[in-house]
Amino acid sequence: MEEFLQQLINGLSLGAIYALIALGYTMIYGVLRFINFAHGDVFMIGTYIGFYVLNTAFVQSLGPGAETAVIVFLAAMVGCGLLGVIIEFLAYRPLRNRPKLTVLITAIGVSFFLEYTGQLPFVFGADPRTFPTVVEKTTVLQAGGLVIDSYQIIIFVVAIALMLGLRLLIMKTRIGTALRASSMNLKAASLMGINTNAVISFTFFVGSALAGAGAILYAMSYPKINPLMGILPGLKAFIAAVLGGIGNILGAAVGGFIIGAAETMTAGYISPTLRDAIVFAILIIILIVKPSGLFGRGGTEKV
Amino acid sequence: MSKKNRSYIYLLVGLVAVVGLSFPLEASVNSYDMRIIINIGISMILAASLNLINGFTGQFSLGHAGFMAIGAYTASALTTLVFGSAEGVTQELLFLVVLLAGGITAAIAGLLIGIPSLRLKGDYLAIVTLGFGEIIRVILQNIEPLGGSLGISGIPRYTTFIWTFGILAVLIFISENLMRSTYGRGFLATRDDEIAAESVGVNTTKYKVIAFVIGAFFAGVAGGLYGHYNSLIRPLDFGFLKSVEIVVMVILGGMGSTWGVLLAAALLTYLPEALRKIDLFGVSLSDFRMTIYSLALILLMIFRPQGLLGNFNPKEFAGRFKKNGQSKKSKPAVS
Amino acid sequence: MSLLHINNLTMRFGGLTAVDAVTETIEPLSLAGLIGPNGAGKTTVFNMITGVYQPTEGEILFDALSIVGSNPHEIANQGIARTFQNIRLFPSLSVFDNVRVGFNNASKTGLFGSILQPGRYWTEEKEIADKIDHLLGMFGLLDNRQELAKNLSYGDQRRVEIVRAMATDPKLLLLDEPAAGMNPTEKVELMNLIRYLRDEFKIAILLIEHDMKVVMGICEKIAVLDHGAKIASGTPEEVKNNPEVIKAYLGESG
Ligand SMILES: Nc1ncnc2c1ncn2[C@@H]1O[C@H](COP(=O)(O)OP(=O)(O)O)[C@@H](O)[C@H]1O
Ligand SMILES: [Mg+2]
Repeated sequence: MEEFLQQLINGLSLGAIYALIALGYTMIYGVLRFINFAHGDVFMIGTYIGFYVLNTAFVQSLGPGAETAVIVFLAAMVGCGLLGVIIEFLAYRPLRNRPKLTVLITAIGVSFFLEYTGQLPFVFGADPRTFPTVVEKTTVLQAGGLVIDSYQIIIFVVAIALMLGLRLLIMKTRIGTALRASSMNLKAASLMGINTNAVISFTFFVGSALAGAGAILYAMSYPKINPLMGILPGLKAFIAAVLGGIGNILGAAVGGFIIGAAETMTAGYISPTLRDAIVFAILIIILIVKPSGLFGRGGTEKV
Repeated sequence: MSKKNRSYIYLLVGLVAVVGLSFPLEASVNSYDMRIIINIGISMILAASLNLINGFTGQFSLGHAGFMAIGAYTASALTTLVFGSAEGVTQELLFLVVLLAGGITAAIAGLLIGIPSLRLKGDYLAIVTLGFGEIIRVILQNIEPLGGSLGISGIPRYTTFIWTFGILAVLIFISENLMRSTYGRGFLATRDDEIAAESVGVNTTKYKVIAFVIGAFFAGVAGGLYGHYNSLIRPLDFGFLKSVEIVVMVILGGMGSTWGVLLAAALLTYLPEALRKIDLFGVSLSDFRMTIYSLALILLMIFRPQGLLGNFNPKEFAGRFKKNGQSKKSKPAVS
Repeated sequence: MSLLHINNLTMRFGGLTAVDAVTETIEPLSLAGLIGPNGAGKTTVFNMITGVYQPTEGEILFDALSIVGSNPHEIANQGIARTFQNIRLFPSLSVFDNVRVGFNNASKTGLFGSILQPGRYWTEEKEIADKIDHLLGMFGLLDNRQELAKNLSYGDQRRVEIVRAMATDPKLLLLDEPAAGMNPTEKVELMNLIRYLRDEFKIAILLIEHDMKVVMGICEKIAVLDHGAKIASGTPEEVKNNPEVIKAYLGESG
């Protein structure tokens, strides 16, 4: 029981990170109806932004602690947000109204570009780097064999705060309303006078910034970073988004937690080598049983 | 030459050319260059087989390397664990058997994967096939008798120029003949507009499954060739990256254009080798390979999404069946 | 015996009832029209008959057999062919090949026959090619046979779609707004063509059409839909003078 609880907590904290990444997939899908394959690599770039910021003389002089944490989170979120906007502007915007596959292939191209350019010796280099300490890791709670550490608390607090913030942003602000309208029908929204290009840029900024936050949380917990590290978390987060019902924001969050828990449980109780396979198996099952996902609404294609 | 057996004559000419070329090549080309040539042939088989699924039938599959893996493992395991090495005619016969076995196993996987995937379209299908590919890889990693993540080593080198390009010739024969027939036009109709195709009685589901099965079969055979040339196969050789490489060959060549796809497969296999030899500021250009590759992909999609040779010549088809039976001069390819 | 019988046919999309308990019969060899304002549910009726949509309720009998739940291609092969309101040709195929796809089911050459291409393959392909040319000739499209379908004029595309549907050798042909986008001369030609098709091929035709001249000019029987429900049916004369119909059309100012 204790072990189960521990696994569950570990799984949910991993899941919280997936959820943050999944939100970006789902928001972008919601507006543009395409899978931004490069999203996982934006996440990877986030860890490198954190890495370089943490290695500046100024941040080093601060040492691990709250100020460092704030600086590094802000830097990664803004950096990733801008990167997302740039990618959309340069690679996806010229393809608006083109067949979906064209855009999907372009996204794969962008993904490869980030991964392999990152591996060049004068960029990040192919070798893994060690992510410096952001805040010290302490044990917050210990009951029998059950341990909850400060990182897990930080992950939950940051992830849930960002999700609530996103909800406020989407439900209570003008741009949020525009975003919701665009998700329902981009063409209609543009006819109604909504500046859809601005909405799309905004969506990319917010979605990518959430991935940036997820990146720091992830790198704190798994402090080895490399240019290919975004692939798997990216795919898993995407699967979380599909599981929740792609385009559905609550679904992405719930999906993230489920995927994180399923992965950790499989690793703990069945075999660590199957932790990736289980996630793909979930994907295939959900797509066969209910392709619209847990919270998604299915529709009939209009003919 | 009568149009009726023209495709057979082309096949025969192709096979004779392959055999004829093999002797001077084996004699004069060093083993490094021979490796490139064989790799080009294997890439061509992979690309042409994916072209059946992706190009002709419009089903975007990102898991082709998974089929290749199944074929490679089946064939290589049969050779190393069951048959042991052989020589002479026995060897050639055994090789044929294991290649077919690899192809058939992959085809069965294609059937299994094809059926549930058929309800999905576009992005979703791409992701599901990607998932299947990854699952195949993970499963192989976990099968200890097949070497786990170390893979199978010590596979005898049976793959030759003749085998590789002979199989390629057969594949081209099959896909060109198929796509030219009234029956085969169902694949293209499925790609162009599923609802319209169904409305005139085309069983689009059946066509998609058939495309997956034939495509997977040849990917499996290509895997067998790969294993018996490389002597070593590992699950990692058949990852997502490999699948994407094959997809890019199809896209660069122009989906549905067999000759374009073959050309792209050759280019994309040869180019990294060529780049390897060039140094720029002390960095081998091959390090930039993937950066260039990905940029090229993005630019291609923006400026020439139909690929290098991706244009049909439908006149050719109508020309073959001129009103009063006289066939006009026509170009040989679907493309 | 009626050729097509739909009974209590209903289609709901979420909260919207697009087609509401429609009952109607089509006799063999008849020329019938389905009219109604935009959004009345006409195309949805076609989509249910051809298996593109699964009806929420109701039955569809074709030749006295239920076809609800059959796949669109099965229904097509039983003898119902159609065209689409927003033309759906195969854009990368030539006119000839677009029609050729219509012979897909009639072709007896299977997978292996098409690969190995024995003598009978060539005999059959020749037969099919002759039939295609015959059909194209009837519609005056022979000169366009090698053109890409997507490069044709709008009117020609509509006609290619009809030829493609006829290639399946149907007993019932459904035409969704065949005259849309045609000029008056083309419309007259189209009307003659539709009559000719019915007489020559001995089929029944059901058409959706907005142009009242066309509908009243060729249909022997007309059904009117409004907000998904059938509000009238009868001869053109009866329908024209039906107050409900007048109200539905005036309400829409169309
Ligand atoms: N696949 C669908 N999903 C949701 N609503 C649909 C779908 N198809 C049709 N509708 C709706 O059903 C109603 C009837 O549409 P339709 O049959 O196309 O009308 P008509 O052909 O008479 O103009 C319309 O309100 C349309 O928006
Ligand atoms: Mg309509």
